[in-house]
Amino acid sequence: MPESAILLNAAALQRALTRIAHEIAERNEAGAEVVLVGIPLVGDQLAFRLGSLLSDLWKLTVPVGTLDVSMHRDDLDRRAAPTIHPTLMPFDVTGRTVVLVDDVLFTGRTTRAAMDALNDFGRPKQIQLAVLIDRGHRELPIRADFVGKNVPTTLTEKVRVRLDVPGQEDAVVLEK
Amino acid sequence: MSWNRKHLLDIESLTAEEILTVLDTAKAFKAVGERAIKKVPALRGKTVVNLFIEPSTRTRISFELAAQRLTADIVNFSADASSFKKGETLKDTARNLEALNADFIVIRHSASGAPHFLSRVVNASIINAGDGAHEHPTQALLDAFTIREHKTNIAGLNVTILGDILYSRVARSNIWALTKLGARVTLCGPSTLVPKTFEQMGCRVTHNVEEAIREADIIHLLRIQHERQRKTMFPGIGEYTSLFGLNQARLAKTRPDALIMHPGPVNRGVEIDSEIADCPRSLILEQVTNGLAVRMAVLFLLNGGKGPQEVA
Repeated sequence: MPESAILLNAAALQRALTRIAHEIAERNEAGAEVVLVGIPLVGDQLAFRLGSLLSDLWKLTVPVGTLDVSMHRDDLDRRAAPTIHPTLMPFDVTGRTVVLVDDVLFTGRTTRAAMDALNDFGRPKQIQLAVLIDRGHRELPIRADFVGKNVPTTLTEKVRVRLDVPGQEDAVVLEK
Repeated sequence: MSWNRKHLLDIESLTAEEILTVLDTAKAFKAVGERAIKKVPALRGKTVVNLFIEPSTRTRISFELAAQRLTADIVNFSADASSFKKGETLKDTARNLEALNADFIVIRHSASGAPHFLSRVVNASIINAGDGAHEHPTQALLDAFTIREHKTNIAGLNVTILGDILYSRVARSNIWALTKLGARVTLCGPSTLVPKTFEQMGCRVTHNVEEAIREADIIHLLRIQHERQRKTMFPGIGEYTSLFGLNQARLAKTRPDALIMHPGPVNRGVEIDSEIADCPRSLILEQVTNGLAVRMAVLFLLNGGKGPQEVA
């Protein structure tokens, strides 16, 4: 077992999501224009949670999609082929404000892939980025609009976000 | 779920888990084909060569489109237009293609084992698109994908393969794939073309077509391959059709949910009645659509490097 520390427990994680939802609502006055798009495997779960928080705030149903970005990655011939998860985009993104949702922002390469993948579904009016954890070490000029918690890390550490795992509390864990 | 192979040479050497990895990956690529923008940049900058030493239209076009939808460049190289007629060996041809920095060579050849040979002499990833009577792995994968879409689970299904088994690479690859995934496979056809030795591959062999298809969930018809037949082995077209062809009378005695598959090209009125080929129980055109998705998945998986899936 690697050494690990809890960065956010279940209550802190939910508080962070609630704050992000309020920030999204504050930034986007026209709630009806907003759609959330989560990146699997954890970002999509976060997107659905944010979607229900925002639906309560705005009193309207906020559409939530799932976007797998594996086919748009830039490291495909440098690693074993990734497992592709289903993409479900049950709405048109053209003219909408898309809030991309991911669990951890690290090098920024997943976000870049996601922006490319999103383009295949239409031309959003704007794209914003919400992440639960920003761990630094960016390799691309990308920053998040909404951040749950900034965590300084070393390159060898791993940040795991655990959501809805049966028998375990939700948590964000730093593995040394 | 992980894939660490460089080549796709046959089904025989794959594990059930690897087969399922291809099928799961293909699901995502089928969805790409249904979008307005049917192209993804996964193989941007890669070069695929279709090396078809034996004529083929649908498999070649399917690989061609698969490569294009992955943003790879593709070159077609066919036997009649090539230097084979001038006496160049397969090895030299492949080395020449490699000198052009081909990343993938999709090969169809009349000699069994030609793809395996190539994989030992060049650095490119080799995909077997049919070698003699040996294997046609992407066909078996697309067939398994199609069955899975309709029947969810392949394990426990009764699949009957009907026709010229002896000369069929499609049959061999399908037998490997289906038995690995837990299906019960029955082979049927004239005794000269369906010898009992196939029982060693874990199949049941029968020469009675009514009995073979009665309990089948899937009836898989093979094309009668005129080009591979020797006269002594084959009863003649008319006799074959009356003894083994799938007609309405025979279909009426099958399970109502039995589905019909055929790798194409179909000889209407020979192995299958024309109306049956077009009926709702026929999956023939779905097989074509799924073939594209499966070939995209194969190229995508083979493009992956060595080592763990997770980087950074």
